[in-house]
Amino acid sequence: MKTRGAVVGVNGNVITVRFEGPIMQNEVAHVLLERGRLKAEVVRVQGDRADLQVFEDTKGLRQSDPVEFTGELLSVQLGPGLLGQVYDGLQNPLKAISDVHGFFLPRGTAFPALDPERKWEFTPMLNAGDRVRAGSPVGFVSEGVFRHSIFVPFDFSGRGRVLKTSPSGLYTLNQPVCTVENGEGHSQEVALGFRWPIKRPVTCYREKLPVRTPLLTRIRLIDTLFPVARGGTFAIPGPFGAGKTVLQQITSRNALIDIVIIAACGERAGEVVETIREFPKLKDPFTGRFLMERTIIICNTSSMPVAAREASVYTAVTLGEYYRQMGLHVLLLADSTSRWAQAMRERSSRMEEIPGEEAFPAYLESVIAAFYERAGEVRLAQGGTGSLTIGGSVSPAGGSFDEPVTQATLKVVGAFHGLSRDRSEARKYPAIDPLESWTRYPGFIDLSFREAVLRVLRHGHEIEQMMKVVGEEGTPLEDYVIFLKAELLDRVYLQQNAFDAVDAATSEERQRHVFCLLHMILGSVFVFADKDEARQCFDRLRLLFLDYNGAEWQSLEFQEMETRIVERVLEAVQPSDSDMAESFREILRDHDVESSFHRSRFALTGTSVAASGPREEMHVQDLQQGQPDRG
Amino acid sequence: MFKTYSRVNRIAGNVIVVSAPGAAYGELAHVSTDAGFSLANVIRIDGDQAYLQVFRGSSGISTEARVRFLGRELTVSCSENVIGRVFDGTGRPRDGGPALEEALVPVGGPPVNPVKRVIPSRMIRTGIPMIDMFNSLVESQKISVFTVAGEPSNELIARVALQAEVDAIILGGMGLRYQDYLFFRNAVEAQGALDRTVLFVHTAADPVVEALAVPDVALAVAERFALGGKRVLVLLSDMMNFCDALKEIAIIMEQIPSNRGYPGDLYSQLASRYEKAVDFEGAGSITILSVTTMPGNDLTHPVPDNTGYITEGQYYLYKGRIEPFGSLSRLKQFVNRKTREDHRPLMDAMVQLYAYYQDTLEKKAMGFRLSDWDRKLLRYGRFFEQKLMDLSVDLPLEGALDTGWDILSECFLPEETGLRSSLIQAHWRGDAREAITA
Ligand SMILES: Nc1ncnc2c1ncn2[C@@H]1O[C@H](COP(=O)(O)OP(=O)(O)OP(=O)(O)O)[C@@H](O)[C@H]1O
Ligand SMILES: [Mg+2]
Repeated sequence: MKTRGAVVGVNGNVITVRFEGPIMQNEVAHVLLERGRLKAEVVRVQGDRADLQVFEDTKGLRQSDPVEFTGELLSVQLGPGLLGQVYDGLQNPLKAISDVHGFFLPRGTAFPALDPERKWEFTPMLNAGDRVRAGSPVGFVSEGVFRHSIFVPFDFSGRGRVLKTSPSGLYTLNQPVCTVENGEGHSQEVALGFRWPIKRPVTCYREKLPVRTPLLTRIRLIDTLFPVARGGTFAIPGPFGAGKTVLQQITSRNALIDIVIIAACGERAGEVVETIREFPKLKDPFTGRFLMERTIIICNTSSMPVAAREASVYTAVTLGEYYRQMGLHVLLLADSTSRWAQAMRERSSRMEEIPGEEAFPAYLESVIAAFYERAGEVRLAQGGTGSLTIGGSVSPAGGSFDEPVTQATLKVVGAFHGLSRDRSEARKYPAIDPLESWTRYPGFIDLSFREAVLRVLRHGHEIEQMMKVVGEEGTPLEDYVIFLKAELLDRVYLQQNAFDAVDAATSEERQRHVFCLLHMILGSVFVFADKDEARQCFDRLRLLFLDYNGAEWQSLEFQEMETRIVERVLEAVQPSDSDMAESFREILRDHDVESSFHRSRFALTGTSVAASGPREEMHVQDLQQGQPDRG
Repeated sequence: MFKTYSRVNRIAGNVIVVSAPGAAYGELAHVSTDAGFSLANVIRIDGDQAYLQVFRGSSGISTEARVRFLGRELTVSCSENVIGRVFDGTGRPRDGGPALEEALVPVGGPPVNPVKRVIPSRMIRTGIPMIDMFNSLVESQKISVFTVAGEPSNELIARVALQAEVDAIILGGMGLRYQDYLFFRNAVEAQGALDRTVLFVHTAADPVVEALAVPDVALAVAERFALGGKRVLVLLSDMMNFCDALKEIAIIMEQIPSNRGYPGDLYSQLASRYEKAVDFEGAGSITILSVTTMPGNDLTHPVPDNTGYITEGQYYLYKGRIEPFGSLSRLKQFVNRKTREDHRPLMDAMVQLYAYYQDTLEKKAMGFRLSDWDRKLLRYGRFFEQKLMDLSVDLPLEGALDTGWDILSECFLPEETGLRSSLIQAHWRGDAREAITA
């Protein structure tokens, strides 16, 4: 018998229900209306009353409306067919809804997340008698380019064994393909699909590994200076219009990763539309397949029900863990986690909980921390590893990072890409502030070089500030040159044109190459008669670099531009600086920047660039995160 | 069939609490007051107690007031007959004309399915260079004019509306000064635009709560019209007053404020309105242009801040001009590559140079020596402000682009502009000097 109850209070999307019988925290219930059922979740129980957050508009609810509890936690459907889908926060497929209901999302509609009729070619991998546990693959189907494992459900308890497997062939989602038995002799059928509660992390792996493999985003500022890593976490806070969404869109296209899950949480519907309409037409440069085939979109935009925002990030992370379990590398991008936090705040306020800072609930921090903790690279019981990386944007009130959601997020993430209004107003994109951001992860560029470059940037910035006070005429030529160097680095390397076919994405190889060249330029001693000459030289270098950035990697034009850059530098560097000059000449001869770089003295010391710069506390923190590797 | 209750247990601010078992959340009611009736709607149910926000305010409501529940939510007539009419915030006539009872549609309908949206693609031409050329307004965009008190913001949005090629203009006025209301009405009449305009007007003299219904009512009509194939432009002025009404109710309801007294759901409240902007595939569209007056020109104030996070850009109206910095149309890239080949590069180059001009102004103010380059920039900045930024300038996009080339040719050498040589060849003015100083 299902527990039943009746509405006794309505306050926005939180309702109070008097019930009889057992219920569970976070259990799903439905308010039964004449037309349709409204899905809700238990969020507090007090005596014979429970508060429920309703995932729909509550208009028209009244006292005594019947409520039926399901005895199930809020869950998602797992199984083949998730890729390429566009879901709402509760995993309703939006296309299917539009086929039936047209333009609008009427309330009380629920559709199966996966097509129960579709047949999949299943190949078994186990035989009767084989040992299994939760999360053991019993076979696979192919989903696009991926080998989609079919698992013993994640809630299977203890160790068990296979009783019988079905032969390879076509099966639908709910057809059993295998029977397993646990230690207590309970037998259970395994189908292609099963359900899993979204707020419960999937932990059927052997161990969580330390995070150390760089995840290439092909955004230079990130990969070179503030890298993210597989299984890591990163946050992108920034005021409105600073470029959080564009940055995530670029990352979702260009990152070197198997699967991308986009959680559009409480933001504009229009932004998701771009992705929905364009991904089916764009190709993944690495696999040559359409981007949509490796993407899942969870879309609970700002005018969709507020309570489902929270569900949307958990739905997304659960799907991510599911694919990680197959040994794949998954990237979850959530835009914006602040909207989810605000949804918690709205609910908390209606439940009249004692508020914390800025009226956010006191548990905000622990909830955010637990969410990001679900990221990680794991060693799987069946061998191999899989990873789930989480990047969340944060929309701080008033654009100031000194607010609860940003602060709670910064405490737990491994990299911080802070966007600044100054940079975005000056149209310096991506507007990640290199002087504020940090990472705990190693990249493919050596830490000491990263630091050296950051010191140049910081020093250049200080000189610029000084110049505002004392004017250009009051600034010594050497300082002025450092300022120009920092400007050059920013303009031609850190900034990247997202709309240029070539510049939009820079491969690791190319980043190394250009970085070495720039590093050498930054380390060179230039001789100029005066500031005008210096500015002209750097202006020209800048123009050359912009064309260089727009040229296809290793194309004729690329090499030509590189030659011209090096020649221009050679004209201006101190003739007595013979080592340096020799390195540059080697580049002209062999076009091998990296080896010249490594032979030059700068590479050996790795510090000379900053010889004149003030020493500051390192912003790149040491990487010693994650659990010790037991493997 | 309508249930009537007459036990008012609490009156606080503009919210009353009535013993009314069976009242539905969001349901509309008539409340008797000493001066007739007011509409009210249920904003909370607690057991058999219903909390109602009273649109005309609670003044004059007695503890024995009759509260008649209407068994429906707030609706508005969406028939063609609304065109040319003036209504109050809840949709009752304020022009002396008949009340409309046909084609009633509940306000605040369900959201549009994101997969049914299309990528915006049509520009709305306004004749204002700072919009058309630098931050194009796009059909189905939601964008706000961020401004401070005393700026001609209503003049600006009225001008945009009357010059735009749209099928219907719907004004939602909230806390409008009576003079502003008259201004809108006269402007519409003077331009002969009454046959495509509907006005929902809540003035500063009306009860504050009534402002809350204005966006919903205006957008419900807009949505019907758009589904019927019309391209609708909705003007909402001033959203600050709407938010202040929200704040008032939240405080009466003893909600814990999140920021400067505003409720924690301010973002969701604003978003559910602004997100009504849409381009219906195979039908019409809704474009929303609103005004947000920032107290103390403070962009971090919760209202402009939350608005900025929701809209697709903003026009920053300050000292009678739309500033290129602080203004942003996030949809411009969908339209400005199809206008003229020089549009995007020219816009970028001119804004960049204008930024340099501002640096030079700073330098000048600090008393630093000015170079030749600085003097060129000063000249450029002046021309730019006169010929393009001044709100009195009324030029089609092409005219504005041509003026841009005139100004550049007058002030700089071609290579100083950073523009591609192919563009320079096509557009640089040999004899621009006379053209511009004339
Ligand atoms: N990398 C970029 N290259 C070029 N333009 C950019 C870039 N990033 C952002 N922009 C410009 O800035 C606008 C706003 O960017 P975006 O929508 O990403 O901001 P946001 O930080 O997500 O803002 P919000 O918090 O309001 O959602 C874009 O519409 C675009 O015009
Ligand atoms: Mg965004």
